Amino acid sequence: MAEGNRLAAAIRVDGVSHVYRPPRGKPVLALDKISLEVREREFLALLGPSGCGKSTLLYLMGGFMPISQGSIYVGERAVTAPGPDRGVVFQHFALFPWKTVRQNVLYGLEKLGLPREEQRRRAQEYIDMVKLTGFEDSYPNQLSGGMKQRAAIARTLAVDPQILLMDEPFGALDAQTRSLMQEELLSIWQRTRKTVVFVTHDVQEAVYLAERIAVMTARPGRIKTIVDSRFQEKGPGLLKSPAFVEKVDYVWNLVRQEAIAAQGGKA
Amino acid sequence: MKQSLLATAWRYTPLLLLVLIWEAGTRLGIISKWALPTFDSVAVAWFNLLESGDLIYNGAASLMRAAAGLGLAVVVGAVLGILMAWIKPVRIVFNPIVQVFYPIPKSALIPIMMLWLGFGHMSKIMLIFLGCMLPVTLSAFNGARGVDHVLIWSARSLGASWRAVLWEVITPGAMPEILAGVRTSIALSFVLLVSSELIVSREGLGYLIGWLGDGGVYNGMFAVVLTVAGLGFAADRLYLMLMRRLLVWRE
Repeated sequence: MAEGNRLAAAIRVDGVSHVYRPPRGKPVLALDKISLEVREREFLALLGPSGCGKSTLLYLMGGFMPISQGSIYVGERAVTAPGPDRGVVFQHFALFPWKTVRQNVLYGLEKLGLPREEQRRRAQEYIDMVKLTGFEDSYPNQLSGGMKQRAAIARTLAVDPQILLMDEPFGALDAQTRSLMQEELLSIWQRTRKTVVFVTHDVQEAVYLAERIAVMTARPGRIKTIVDSRFQEKGPGLLKSPAFVEKVDYVWNLVRQEAIAAQGGKA
Repeated sequence: MKQSLLATAWRYTPLLLLVLIWEAGTRLGIISKWALPTFDSVAVAWFNLLESGDLIYNGAASLMRAAAGLGLAVVVGAVLGILMAWIKPVRIVFNPIVQVFYPIPKSALIPIMMLWLGFGHMSKIMLIFLGCMLPVTLSAFNGARGVDHVLIWSARSLGASWRAVLWEVITPGAMPEILAGVRTSIALSFVLLVSSELIVSREGLGYLIGWLGDGGVYNGMFAVVLTVAGLGFAADRLYLMLMRRLLVWRE
C-alpha cells in the first residue's frame, strides 16, 4: 500500500484523560492520557474490554462531555460541544419514539434550514438507502431492532456529517441481523467514504469493518496498540479467508489479556 | 361499530344491577326511604331539575370553574415541572415549596380562599389551580428527568440548540408522564370543586347538593350527586380517549 501524501487528521486526540465521578463513591480514572489520530476518511475501530473507556472517548469526541484534561481537535477546531459535523449512532438506536421514521430523519434536515422540498427529497433518499422504503410513516415501536438502527443511521447520514461516531451500534441486535448490518454499513461507507470511529468489543467485527484498530487497555483506558486491518477486498467472503482468521486471532490475543484484567477488576 | 357499542354496554351491566338492587331494595323497604330515595323518584327529580334549568345553570358554573382551574394548573404545572427538571436554579428555588405544599390537603385551603377571594368563581378556580398544579408539576418533573440522555445527545448532534432540545425532545419525552399526572388532576379537580362549592358558594353543583340537602329534597340531592359522578366519569373517559390519541406512538 503506497503511503503517498499523509492523509490529514480528521480528529486529533491529544493527552486526554477523563475522571468518572459517580454520584456516590470515589472518582475513577476512566481514560489515561489518550493520544490518537483518526485520519480523514478512514474507518477506525476502538476495541477493548467492557469498562475500558472506549465509549467515553467517543462521547468526548462527540462533545457530549466536557474535556477536563487534554484536547480534541476536529480539523482546525477544538471540540467543545456536539454538532452536525460529527454524527452519532448509539447502541440503543436513540430514535425519537414520538416521531415516525420520516420525521426522525427530517429532524436534522430541518435544523439545516434547507427548503421543504429539498428536506423531503433528502429524507426519502436516505430512507431508501438504508432500505426502509415503505416504512416512512411507521413509529419506532413498530420496527424491529435492525430496522430501528437503519432508521437511526439514515437520520445521522441525512445531515451529511464528515465524521460518523458509532457506539457499538450493532450490540443490541441478534447475530444474524448484526452480520447483515455490518455488510450494509461497510457498503455504505465504501460509497460515502466518511471518517468513521466505531466502538466495539467484538474483535471479529473490528477486523472486518475497520482499516485500523486502536486496541485499548482495561481501565484506566490507554491505547495499547494500533493494528492495521486493511485487506485487499472487504466483503462477506473475507470472513473465511485465512488472512482474516489469522488477523482476528492476533488481535484477540492482544485484547485477551485486557479482557481478563477487566474481569478481575470487577471482583 | 354496533359490536363495540354492545360490548361497552355489556361491560356496564354491573351498574345496571346496582340500580335494580337500589330500586328493589327501597321499594321493598329493605333500605329505608329516608336514607335512600327510590331510584325512580331520583330519576324524576333529575328531570325536574333539568327542566327548571337549575341543573344546567349550576352545572355550567361548576364546569367553567373546573375547566379554568384545571387548564391553568396543567399549563403552569407542566412548564414549572419541566423547567425545574432542566434548570438548576429553578429547581433549587421551587423544590422546597413543592415539597411542603404537596402533603397539604387542598380542601384545608378552602377557608383561606374564601377569605382572600370571596364566594364567587375566583376562589374555586384558585383552589383547583393550586390543588391540581402539584401532581402535574411532579409528573412533568419526573417525566423530564426520565428522558434518555442519548435522545438529547442525538438531537444536539443533529444541530439542535438547548432551547430546541427543551421543547422538541424533553417536552414530548415527558408527555406520557405529564398526561398521566393530568388524569389524576382531573379527578382531583372534581373533588376540590364540589367540596369548595358545598362550603362557600352561591352556585354550582356542590352548592346545589347542599341546598337541596338542607331543604330536605333528598331525591333531588341524590340526583345531583349522581350527575357529578357521571360528569367525573365522562371527563375521565374522554380524557383517556384523548390520551390514547396523543400517545399513539407508544402502542
